[in-house]
Amino acid sequence: MLTFKDVTVQFAGLTAVKKLSFEVPEGQIYSIIGPNGAGKTTVFNCISRFYKPVSGSITFIGEDLMKLKPHQVIKRGIARSFQNVELFREMTVLDNLLTGLHPIMKKNILSIALNLPSIKRDERIAREKANEVMEMLNIEHLAYEKVSNLSFGYQKMVDIGRAMMSDPKLILLDEPVAGMNSNETEKISQLILKLKEELNYTVLLIEHDMSLVMEISDLVTVMSFGEKIAHGVPKEVQNNPVVIEAYLGEVEEDAQFV
Amino acid sequence: MMGILSNKRLLLSLLVGFTLVYPFLFGQSGYFITLFVMISIYVITAMALNLLVGNGGQMSVGHAGFLTVGGYTVAILTTKVGLPLLVVLPLAGVVTGVIGLIIGLPAVRLKGHFLAVATLGFGISIPQIALNWNSLTGGYSGLAVSRPDWLSNNLSFFYLIILVLVLVTWLIHNILKSSLGRAFVAIRESEVAAQSTGVNLSFYKTVMFMISAFFTGIAGGLYGYWFGYVSPNDFTLATSFLLLAMVVVGGLASIPGAIIGAVIFTILPELTRSFVGLNNIIIGIAVVLAILFLPKGLVSITEFFKKRSQPITVKEGTDRTGGMVKDANI
Repeated sequence: MLTFKDVTVQFAGLTAVKKLSFEVPEGQIYSIIGPNGAGKTTVFNCISRFYKPVSGSITFIGEDLMKLKPHQVIKRGIARSFQNVELFREMTVLDNLLTGLHPIMKKNILSIALNLPSIKRDERIAREKANEVMEMLNIEHLAYEKVSNLSFGYQKMVDIGRAMMSDPKLILLDEPVAGMNSNETEKISQLILKLKEELNYTVLLIEHDMSLVMEISDLVTVMSFGEKIAHGVPKEVQNNPVVIEAYLGEVEEDAQFV
Repeated sequence: MMGILSNKRLLLSLLVGFTLVYPFLFGQSGYFITLFVMISIYVITAMALNLLVGNGGQMSVGHAGFLTVGGYTVAILTTKVGLPLLVVLPLAGVVTGVIGLIIGLPAVRLKGHFLAVATLGFGISIPQIALNWNSLTGGYSGLAVSRPDWLSNNLSFFYLIILVLVLVTWLIHNILKSSLGRAFVAIRESEVAAQSTGVNLSFYKTVMFMISAFFTGIAGGLYGYWFGYVSPNDFTLATSFLLLAMVVVGGLASIPGAIIGAVIFTILPELTRSFVGLNNIIIGIAVVLAILFLPKGLVSITEFFKKRSQPITVKEGTDRTGGMVKDANI
């Protein structure tokens, strides 16, 4: 579904991602793991078109993503959440979610200014959709709360919720459980499985929480210093000595990976 | 008192009721009607500026320029072309909107201080253009505006202005609560997130400038019609700053805020007219006090009295610094 082919990203001489190739199959949870600074978020920013690779190609369902501008990516069916939560902080939870529907809302200035029936209908449908998403995330009671008043855990939920609003084909989740307690982590893990099984999203996940990754992923790619060092189903990756070395520095006889 | 303030519908009808009988409260005095007209003109402009500055987070220190363009458009179209008011007034908005679009195009690439300086340049250049383009603007002597016969009576013009004021407020309200308005706030809050939710930054920033200029142009047009005369020095740099003060003191990103700010800063200079310079000092102090104690403006003063509901959860780790995504827009 999403294909990276020999993608290289450089920032002023520093190679953040080096000849990276992988393919995310449709309908699966695909995880990218690796130590800090391995280039995982750079991969996301390439898909979002914030970064431009110096070479290689990124295609999504046969279409070259490199031709798109950042705001066009979501229209192709790719939505994302952010590592450090990039919400519209002074907006309410509801408005944040509604903004997630931006690509499919009507935008005729004249009919908006006159608040024509078509606009009202659009707005009503959008609210229904937002309520649905809030229900799924169990945050209905926060609909009219300003995002900046919420705890980090809830903010992460809203960030994911906003990405869900446009019913993407592929959702990019950048460390969705970072900074969450085990209870919240469990909820998010259930949610991610729901995204795959009930909503038929394909999920591309970056995460440091290994138990979460190993539990829900169908496929895992391991990155270190911008390169792919291992790839496979969670079990294979878990026991791969190269991976253990990347995480722990060197292989020891009785080292156990998670 | 608090009950009235919290009931929006009642407050709104009281406000409209008051404006309808306003001329009779002062025996149809020309001075008080003119004062009200100036308030209305500044209310429209402040709302338009607030859409850009408060909601969209884009700076403009040149909105007086748009007022001037609107005034001159009316003057030229009535006296030189002879079009009727119902065509001229919307056209004043359209012409100013197009100018706003032209200003907005390069402004899209600028941020913060740089945008402020660019719009400042626009605000300064417009009076100069009006002064020196003699064939079109009449230079120093300005241009006369002929009011149509059916509006020769001050009272009928007064009601026309109220009509326009209510209409513009309604239009701006609709825009702000729509997906368009949300896109503006999204750009203010996080350009990165706005883009990944599908908001085309350059397009919406330009649209913001255009809409803001459109309504400001209409306000400038009303000014021209009311005084029957426009000249290069009607709206200067000082006006641009006064407009910003209205928006900041009244309340950023708030329609009632813009209205409150415009009312206060139109009446204030009238009260301090006999003390030269005092006006600017008071405005300066008001802006500083507002920023220090009421960063959301006078409109948020009711929140002072309202008991804040319990916060949902304690803020934790909401630190937004660090992380590469913030700087991802390269």
